[in-house]
Amino acid sequence: MLRIITRRLLLSVPLVLVVSGITFVLESLVPGDPARSLLGVNATPQQYTALRDALHLNEPVIQQYWLYLENVFRGNLGTSIFTDQPVSQVVTSRLPVTLSLVIGATVVAAVVGTLLGVYSATRGRLSRRVVDVLSLVGNALPGFWVALALSAIFAVNLGWFPATGYTSFTQSPQAWLSSLVLPVVALAIGGVALIAKVTRDAMLATLQLDYIRTLRASGVSPRSVIWRHALRNSSLALVTTIGLTMISFLAGAVIIENVFDLPGLGNIVVTATNEHDIPVVQGIALTFAVIVIVVNLLVDIAYGLLNPKVRSS
Amino acid sequence: MNPAVNAPAGSGKATRTSVIARLARRPLLLAALLVVIVITVAVYAAPLIAPQSPLQQDILHPFAGPSAAHPLGTDGLGRDILSRLLYGGQPSLTGVAIAVAVFAAVGMAGGILAGYLRGWADRIISPVLDIMLSVPGIIVILAVLAVFNQNIYAAMLVLGLFASANLARVIRSSCIAIREELFVDAARVSGLGPVRIMTRHVLPGLAGLLLVQMSLFAGIALGVQTGLGFLGLGTQPPQPSWGGMVADASQVIQQHPLFLLIPGGVIGVMTIAFGLIGDGLRDLEADRRRMPGSARPGGAAPRGEQPALALPGDPSALLTVRDYSVAFETADGPRTVVDSISFAVLPGEVFGIVGESGSGKTVTALSLLGLLPDSGAVTAGAAWLGGQRISQVPERELLKIRGHEIGLVSQEPMVALDPHYTVGSQLCEVVRRVSGAQGRAAVRARAVELLISVHLPRPDDVMRRYPHQLSGGMLQRAAIALALAGAPRLLIADEPTTALDVTVQSGILDLLRSLREERDMGIIMVTHDLGVVADICDRALVMRDGRIVEQGTVDELFYAPKDPYTRGLIASTPDIARSIGA
Repeated sequence: MLRIITRRLLLSVPLVLVVSGITFVLESLVPGDPARSLLGVNATPQQYTALRDALHLNEPVIQQYWLYLENVFRGNLGTSIFTDQPVSQVVTSRLPVTLSLVIGATVVAAVVGTLLGVYSATRGRLSRRVVDVLSLVGNALPGFWVALALSAIFAVNLGWFPATGYTSFTQSPQAWLSSLVLPVVALAIGGVALIAKVTRDAMLATLQLDYIRTLRASGVSPRSVIWRHALRNSSLALVTTIGLTMISFLAGAVIIENVFDLPGLGNIVVTATNEHDIPVVQGIALTFAVIVIVVNLLVDIAYGLLNPKVRSS
Repeated sequence: MNPAVNAPAGSGKATRTSVIARLARRPLLLAALLVVIVITVAVYAAPLIAPQSPLQQDILHPFAGPSAAHPLGTDGLGRDILSRLLYGGQPSLTGVAIAVAVFAAVGMAGGILAGYLRGWADRIISPVLDIMLSVPGIIVILAVLAVFNQNIYAAMLVLGLFASANLARVIRSSCIAIREELFVDAARVSGLGPVRIMTRHVLPGLAGLLLVQMSLFAGIALGVQTGLGFLGLGTQPPQPSWGGMVADASQVIQQHPLFLLIPGGVIGVMTIAFGLIGDGLRDLEADRRRMPGSARPGGAAPRGEQPALALPGDPSALLTVRDYSVAFETADGPRTVVDSISFAVLPGEVFGIVGESGSGKTVTALSLLGLLPDSGAVTAGAAWLGGQRISQVPERELLKIRGHEIGLVSQEPMVALDPHYTVGSQLCEVVRRVSGAQGRAAVRARAVELLISVHLPRPDDVMRRYPHQLSGGMLQRAAIALALAGAPRLLIADEPTTALDVTVQSGILDLLRSLREERDMGIIMVTHDLGVVADICDRALVMRDGRIVEQGTVDELFYAPKDPYTRGLIASTPDIARSIGA
């Protein structure tokens, strides 16, 4: 168990380097010059050179990158070129929004998807067909479109939820929940379909196993066979899929946050991309990479807890 | 080229013609292909068929409904929606094509190199794939858009590159499987180089898989492309794009919510079509793979006329089976695997069902518990336990029989128990369910008692163990304890000793014999081993191809076999043949 966690943590080092490296190199190739766009057209050449020095823009990319990594280790993610706000502050103020959205959608997708999957694996052909259609439609409709349609129906027409905006949990738990319902549902729909499909396939395979037959032959109740024994075995595939789904929700959150105008990381990263605000994009890329690492670590731990062979070794 | 290598190429041609025939039987797949083709052609023929330029405004007629001039109406600037839709599809579909091409080329190359060459190639490629799969691709795509001046094609290329890690993984694992297949061995022995083996023999085997993955990914790529357009990235206004049109419509969602439906609908229809093509191709692949196996000849269809079933079960017998048939649903129609067999088991008797694999003996045993796979069913005749009918009865009746009246011990003890729970946890669950024991302590005591009754040493220790921590012989004893929990009148033992070492085998048989005496329990011993029959059975029947060849007492079978098949079986078991002096 401990070995698995150590291995995963060691693997995460190159991942962080790759993610920050790729974004750093790409961003340094951006045609616009941040110093020039910050100062405007009326700046003197002296001001320009001074700012470029201050931003380390004259040094080779690899040196800039090293400097950046050093700062990251000290907890300094730099400051936004445009707002002068420290990037760490941008990240910490917006992280709760994105995490609320992504974790909420993951929980919804996991619960609904598992129920649908088990149901369609254990009840006749019709419900199997229903899940097929659901998963096809859920996969097919683009997330932003579903989000807009939900917003048109439940926010604009029915007025049940706010169409845009976000209230933090500390301000009002009720308003927080209400502002998250539509974004979470919109984000979760695609994941529900995938999780239902994986659950069903895993359940159908598990139900063929010898020990399921033994248990049924010994008189164990069908409910226990399905929920206690078959689902337990399928949970290995399920946990992997839920982890992947959660990671894919990070990308989905970028779009959903823009549809519902939620002040999360996905929202600012699009703005920052358009403005060539390198430190902000960098900081968010790094944050996303860390979230991915944490999710993968949790999946590994869940794996160990679910599998007695791993746990005891 | 030698003949061994030629063979698969020749058979490839035969399957190709039948692919077309099978395609015709899948209207959904055909319809989806048609949708993709029609929309694609229309999009690229936009300059020829669009009513007007996508940029031409008519400020006086914004949000006009459908008319002859504007079949789909106009948008907020009075621009023709159909024209914008047609032109706007170009960046979307070209972007998807680029992403899919990169996805296929890179994924295929990486997967085959890692999966076929293994060794150093695999050691380099696999970790790279792991890292690629963990990188949040959207961030890289956003960065690329910034660097390449909002060039959507560059972004889609990067999307294809990162997604290809998924494909490479899938290809890698099926490549490893194909590698082991015989025809590749033949090709290797005949002296072909690795490149040639890969292109001629490995690639064709992966083609179906690749097409499935490509069409599924096309749907994802379209979602990403239009999503970026929606965010205002990539194609810049006023140039039309599908995602951009959704964004435009979202601006007026309060006044004109229906405007969302047109671009959203086109995107949705295209994505569904890609998905359907993927699913359809996957089914075609599955059909193709299933073909050779299911083409097994023989096996009568279920018998038309049901034999008279007036006689109920003989109440003095423990189990009565009469004119009993079992059939499985296959792609070529029903296949009968047990064909009108009749026998009876007396209380306290050990009754053998002997036959080679495929003779229908295990199917017979499982059907008595209603545990056939979904595709199998009892098609004729009936079975009774005492006076109670147990075949063709509702599941809820069977629940009262399984574990309570009939217990099952199966062939492979190593996989007979749930690996995720301790032996004690499973045993207690069953005890709680089928025996009268109530309360934690009573249930546990009963479970320990059962483990003692199957002669397991240190039962408390065994209770705490997971199945993988016990030996085969111990597990089989635990499985027997499980089957005994409800004190059944009949125990069905399906090859209970086959998977065990010889020394352990006799211990299990001794246990079954003593249990029969202690509990006056009937046992059906399903086996291919005449030695087991001679050792433990009172009477037995011999099965072949789903029919009973002959049945009688063990003495009758061994000393006066009537059927040549039985004689052959005896002669092929030297120990038996010697001991009876045949």
